[in-house]
Amino acid sequence: MKQEFTLSIYSENHVGLLNQVTTVFTRRHINIESLNTSESAIPGIHKFTIVVFTSREQVNKLVLQIEKRIDVIKAYVFTADEIVHQEMALYKVKTETLLNSNEIERLVRQYGARILEVTKEYTVIEKTGHKRETQELFDKLDRFGVQQFVRSGRIAVTKLKDELLSNYLKKLEKEKSLLD
Amino acid sequence: METKTQPQTMEANTMKKQRMSGSEAVMKSLLHEGVDVLFGYPGGAIMPIYDALYHYQEKLNHILTRHEQGAVHAAQGYARVTGQVGVCFVTSGPGATNAVTGIADAMVDSTPMVVISGQVASPLLGTDAFQETDVVGITQPITKWNYQVKRAEEIPEAIAKAFYIARSGRPGPVLIDITKDAQFAQFDFEYKKVKKVRSYIPKTAVKADKVAEAVRLINLAKKPLALVGQGVVLGGAEKELMAFLEKTGIPAAWTLLGLSAMPSDFEQNVGMLGMHGNYGPNVKTNESDLIIAIGMRFDDRVTGNVQKYAKGAKVVHLEIDPAEINKIIYADVPVVGDVKDSLPMITDMVSKTSHEAWLKEFKACDKIEKQKIIDEQLFPTKAGLTMGEVVRRVTDHYDDNAIMVTDVGQHQMFASRYFKFKQTRSVVTSGGLGTMGFGLPAALGAQLGQPERPVCLFVGDGGFQMTIQELGTIFQTQAPVKIILLNNNFLGMVRQWQEMFFDRRYASTELVNPDFQTITKGYGIACEQVSERDDLDAAVKRMAEHDGAYLLEVKVEKEGNVFPMVTTGASVSEIILE
Repeated sequence: MKQEFTLSIYSENHVGLLNQVTTVFTRRHINIESLNTSESAIPGIHKFTIVVFTSREQVNKLVLQIEKRIDVIKAYVFTADEIVHQEMALYKVKTETLLNSNEIERLVRQYGARILEVTKEYTVIEKTGHKRETQELFDKLDRFGVQQFVRSGRIAVTKLKDELLSNYLKKLEKEKSLLD
Repeated sequence: METKTQPQTMEANTMKKQRMSGSEAVMKSLLHEGVDVLFGYPGGAIMPIYDALYHYQEKLNHILTRHEQGAVHAAQGYARVTGQVGVCFVTSGPGATNAVTGIADAMVDSTPMVVISGQVASPLLGTDAFQETDVVGITQPITKWNYQVKRAEEIPEAIAKAFYIARSGRPGPVLIDITKDAQFAQFDFEYKKVKKVRSYIPKTAVKADKVAEAVRLINLAKKPLALVGQGVVLGGAEKELMAFLEKTGIPAAWTLLGLSAMPSDFEQNVGMLGMHGNYGPNVKTNESDLIIAIGMRFDDRVTGNVQKYAKGAKVVHLEIDPAEINKIIYADVPVVGDVKDSLPMITDMVSKTSHEAWLKEFKACDKIEKQKIIDEQLFPTKAGLTMGEVVRRVTDHYDDNAIMVTDVGQHQMFASRYFKFKQTRSVVTSGGLGTMGFGLPAALGAQLGQPERPVCLFVGDGGFQMTIQELGTIFQTQAPVKIILLNNNFLGMVRQWQEMFFDRRYASTELVNPDFQTITKGYGIACEQVSERDDLDAAVKRMAEHDGAYLLEVKVEKEGNVFPMVTTGASVSEIILE
């Protein structure tokens, strides 16, 4: 039975890591619904946030295969209710349409979006939220014609009390490394 | 940029930095890692390294093969029989791409290797320069780790890390790509072995509670079966395995890569698993109530139809790579760790038992297999020579002490079934990837790794021609490899499938072969050809007693088939005998 999972993957900040991580998904024919990558709070450690739609059995195997890559430090899997997540969307509309009625203005206020930029030709609206909300706003705005639209990848933090990665790194330092 | 070398001063610390080129640093780093033999083929992008090698010829024995694929397979053969890291040098572009097959083979079969490839100078990267390829990108899915070095300063750490990763945990191939300018550049060299990489855990400590649970199941089991894989050989856990088996009396079957982990004549050794394995282990798997998988990964050749595999059994899986647990077969008790650590823990706690009646059931299966298949193979009454009888004559002659190397195909299955082993690390064969052409260069590498032991290569007429140029390397090195060419003028294994599943439509499997005797003589290697049973014994004797390499070409029956067989989609208990 398939459901949505969010993976948080921590790796060393080396060239080519993104490819190393994504090929694990490609090889198993699992589509990446959303991908965000940026430096984590810990310097030198990179964080990937990847959303997939698959079964629990598949995602468990996936995580182990991702951790097999030498430069990957740790990978965690979360369901939607275990995280606090957001994504951002930008909508470009004709300023003329904005001024013609007060509908767009009303939508912006209703959805808690904000106007990022206004010029004579176009206006850019920004909304932060869950995909369902950004999608709803798009559907409603598109009735008036959205010229350009872009959605960012999902970013997420866990609802857990403990900070998994910091704890893990501390554990690594304390544990006597097994010399082979 | 040239700078004056620092004058040598007497200092308290022993690690003095030395000024040298990147290429010389490669030599020194390899020596620090204990390398003494390496294989390779020079080219433009790796010339500075070869120039440095010129001054290290006494300490680093470089074997020039005739193709980069040969270099990698030779390094694999060397690594398999010695347990050391196989090392090769290849140049950029086509040199690196020629090495891809061997690297993929080493990856699937977990062989420790370090491949050093030359690369164009760093300003040329990404410009489609002469002999430039993205070898790091190409080999990323088939290496345990790879890295491109663009500055000489990075060389010592890259090589140290490469060796650490290649040989630790579940071994595998590592590729280090060094740009030409990094090879030339001067820097202050200092070597530090890598003992830890933050993002990599080679093996975890064995959990006591898992051991206890495994012991509980083993003590309760009425029909336990141990599956012995390469993990036992890689972990050097042969003694620990024997102690466990002898205490528990459990029957043990080996996988193709587990061959020689225990002696062939061990009472509890019930034979080989797999598509062409022995009848007993395959049939009895589905009657077992406990499968103890030791250093093996439930490859599809071993499991047959996974839906119908060992459904009546609980599974205890001793394995160093956590990603293998539950990958194919569900493990009731995963015991993650090195089998060298987990086996003695289990042996200590487990009760002393025997399973005489259960073991006898395997022997009963052996009788059936002997009657229906083995006798006909080893003691045939018809005229044509069988591959099985040739294999048996050879191993008999060496009193089961020889190292068996094979290529890929029917002969590989016959050799694995009928060769016998007394000591560990006596088998070199391409399992997971099944690379034709593997045998000849691998045999060379194996002989150089174990110069005191006889090395017997079984190869078919198909595979032989894929890397036949390595006869030149064998001639140049004078490696006394004994090559048994089993010639049926067919791509045997494919032909068998065409006979069994494609109504004998032999499309592109019949081989029009050259005169192998003339070719071998041309390479300066002694050889002879045999096609009659009566001439076989004397020929094997001549081959064995010849001081040097020898090719014994045996014309075998044209349409022989390997049995038993677990056909695709069938359960292991549906193994067919004819």
